[in-house]
Amino acid sequence: MTTTLQRPRKAPPASPGPHDRRRRARWWLPYALLAPAVLMELLIHLVPMLTGIWMSFTQLTKFFISSWTEAPFVGLKNYRVALDVHGAVGSSLLRSFGITCAYTMLVVVISWVLGMAAAVVLQRPFRGRSGVRTLFLVPYAVPMYAGVITWNFMLQRDTGVINHLLVDDLGIGSGKPFWLIGSRAFTSIVIVAIWRLWPFAFLMLMAGLQSVPSDVYEASAMDGAHAFRQWRSITLPMLRPVNVVLVLVMSLWVFNDFNTPYVLFGTAQPAAGDLISFHIYNASFLTWNFGAGSAMSVLLLLFLLLVTGVYLTVVNRRSQRA
Amino acid sequence: MHDTRAFKAFRAVVVTVLALFTLLPLYVMATSAMKPLRDVQGPFTWWPSTVTLEPFVDMWTTVPLARYFVNSAVVATSATLASLVVAIFAAFAVSRYRFPGRAAFTTTVLSTQMFPGVLFLLPLFIIFVNLDQSAGIQLVGTRAGLVITYLTFSLPFSIWMLAGYFDGIPRELDEAARVDGCSPMGALVRVVLPAARPGVIAVAIYGFMTAWGEVLFASVMTTDVNRTLAVGLREYSTQTNVYWNEIMAASLVVSVPVVVGFLLLQRYFVAGLTAGAVK
Repeated sequence: MTTTLQRPRKAPPASPGPHDRRRRARWWLPYALLAPAVLMELLIHLVPMLTGIWMSFTQLTKFFISSWTEAPFVGLKNYRVALDVHGAVGSSLLRSFGITCAYTMLVVVISWVLGMAAAVVLQRPFRGRSGVRTLFLVPYAVPMYAGVITWNFMLQRDTGVINHLLVDDLGIGSGKPFWLIGSRAFTSIVIVAIWRLWPFAFLMLMAGLQSVPSDVYEASAMDGAHAFRQWRSITLPMLRPVNVVLVLVMSLWVFNDFNTPYVLFGTAQPAAGDLISFHIYNASFLTWNFGAGSAMSVLLLLFLLLVTGVYLTVVNRRSQRA
Repeated sequence: MHDTRAFKAFRAVVVTVLALFTLLPLYVMATSAMKPLRDVQGPFTWWPSTVTLEPFVDMWTTVPLARYFVNSAVVATSATLASLVVAIFAAFAVSRYRFPGRAAFTTTVLSTQMFPGVLFLLPLFIIFVNLDQSAGIQLVGTRAGLVITYLTFSLPFSIWMLAGYFDGIPRELDEAARVDGCSPMGALVRVVLPAARPGVIAVAIYGFMTAWGEVLFASVMTTDVNRTLAVGLREYSTQTNVYWNEIMAASLVVSVPVVVGFLLLQRYFVAGLTAGAVK
């Protein structure tokens, strides 16, 4: 299959004839094809990221925002402040980090379970299947802010549907609780995030299931395997490559999630919903201390690199053994 | 093979629970959009006291929604088209050529998915401001700035998905085209792209939805001139009043085009995922 290795040397002057033309080594062609992508990535991702890393070593406050290159260099001071768990900045960052870890774990695991359940259930035909599948995909297609703003309305204490449903209709609990302030804010944001994310898990797993041949199931059904046994011994191993990517991608998205808390809570951000991206954004833009905010972002990036590295190593080792 | 009773019961439970969970916000959005203002300011009711379409009329004047709509449409469409072209070239290179730096490129591009948005939000803003001051390229407060930002957001996933899709198209096809006298670009346009149509459509959907729904950069990079829906919808909350019925009407209106488009094209999206990402 892979016969088109292009040799990195200059092409001889073109002589016509299909055979020569094919062999003519245009070593620069792949680079030319990549150039636009590389240029864009450099401009939007890599250069700003390097600038951000540089900023994390400076005292970039509002006094230097118009002449940001002159901000004084302070070495690791921003990092020391961010990592000092006894200081005010460090302890609130650590708290936010803890909340974010719990948030990521809950949202990813529950979304995966729901997505898997739906994908398995919809794998075999039944009446109304395509309608149900279409319905399940809607939250993924609804623009993020429109969905979350609706949840904001639903979670209002006095005018929202959630309190009406729980207290007035079902008679659960006494008195209407606040959902967007106080400790319940965490529950709220987890539910909202799951509502948005689980259809993606469903979509990926459904796509993955399409490559599982149905005769495998038939053979195992002959052997008397139950649905759950089939799922554990056929479906799950077959979906392993999908799951490896899916879990990683979902975790990174959820961990870096800024949009959900930003739209759900607005500026009145409760301590229980203080996710780390949002925390850093506030630390930078409310106090105008961009040096400190950048240091926190770099720490976040280092953490994600570490976790991803360990994850991929473990996953690859296990698949080599299997 | 028929389904056991236990499986059917499990299916009924899963479908019911998930359908209710999915539908509740959609129901609230649709019914609240048809309520008069006093309904959404009092306790929630499952049905409007009087069904009215006024929110759908008023929402255009409370907030300059039409302008935001145009901005979002222009930005998302341009970002999608640009990202598509860039991703197709890059994916073709990655899929069809082996060259020094290939692995470095794919690793770097994929790892940008890991970057927290806040890390490069401010530097990017500063770079844009400086480009304006030194070279006169206006990127802050213009649609162009949003377009080039958004196109890079969907780029990594698009390249990855398309490269996977291109890999599934036999090389013999483009080699045959080359023998018939096509240039490499000719082979890409005439042979590979038509064969990869589902993948291309999937990537376009993904790019459009990414750009249409982005909030963080829109909240920093937009001014009155280029404000998008993502930021504009918040303007229905004023000091004195929250026009929830109009917010719900506007949410409904901004969702419908994307949802309908996605649902119409969903089979391509699933096919694109199956062939590309899921391997």
